[in-house]
Amino acid sequence: MGNLNMEGSPKTPTINFDESTGVLEVKGRSIPENSVEFYKPLNEWVEAYGKSPKAETIFDVKLEYFNTSSSKCILDLFKLLESLNGNGTEVKVNWYFEEDDEDMEEAGEDYQAIISLPFKMIEVEEI
Amino acid sequence: MSLKSIYELYQAMERDHTMLSFKGVVTPDLLSSVLQIMESKLNHVEKSNKTKKKVYNVLVECLQNLYHHNENIQEEDGINFLFSKSALLMISKNEGNYEVKTGNYILKENSEDLKVKLDDINALNKEELRVLYKSVLNEGEMSEKGTAGLGMIDIARKSGNKLEYSFLPVDKKYDFFCLNVKIN
Repeated sequence: MGNLNMEGSPKTPTINFDESTGVLEVKGRSIPENSVEFYKPLNEWVEAYGKSPKAETIFDVKLEYFNTSSSKCILDLFKLLESLNGNGTEVKVNWYFEEDDEDMEEAGEDYQAIISLPFKMIEVEEI
Repeated sequence: MSLKSIYELYQAMERDHTMLSFKGVVTPDLLSSVLQIMESKLNHVEKSNKTKKKVYNVLVECLQNLYHHNENIQEEDGINFLFSKSALLMISKNEGNYEVKTGNYILKENSEDLKVKLDDINALNKEELRVLYKSVLNEGEMSEKGTAGLGMIDIARKSGNKLEYSFLPVDKKYDFFCLNVKIN
């Protein structure tokens, strides 16, 4: 299946999903008008990856901003990862947010409350 | 429009401390340009990263509302045709408060639903809005347009103020929806 690498744009995040390490990174901003279209290949990749995953899967979410339509797609991605958890892989989430960005911190906490995966909240100076 | 009214328009915008104003069709390209311009303006005038992000976020949701929900006026009469898909957006900064104002056509049959939704949102405090957001996020369905029904809730959360709105009757079929979002 190979890795999934997508370069970021002003409206979409950089995607680095690495099959060999099990590290899945989403970085930047996610504000496309059509989020469903953007997130479709990510879901497809994760589904394929789930067939023979690494023992540990790390989901690194390093988002600066995201729009509400992305927030739904991100939840779907989390749900997909939740379904892989315990089926040949342990999934862990690292939720990054910038210093003083309470909105992003709260967004991470809200996902944490909905999704039963271990979340680590990581405050950084700049994403 | 008389030449004098150009100056009047300028003065009105100056009085309101307008940072950017746009009237026309909202396309993905326009959206990108407005966001780019506003991001660089905000970097110049706003020191607080927190405020910058809130204003930017409100702007993204307002613009995407205009993009997804503006009604295409189908009337055959020449004047209305010109207004097709056209919307208004204004951003101003006055003594530390930012205001994002939008105006767009809406089918009368949709006005009531939106009004109820806005009143419901305005009745909630910060923590209640967070709970509502979480429940719509988790239980709501994505529409065909790819919208999640979260936009107005998010705008209210980021704004920290009540959403000011009004529906002005245009004709038998349409209202003009005006929204003013204040961000401290």
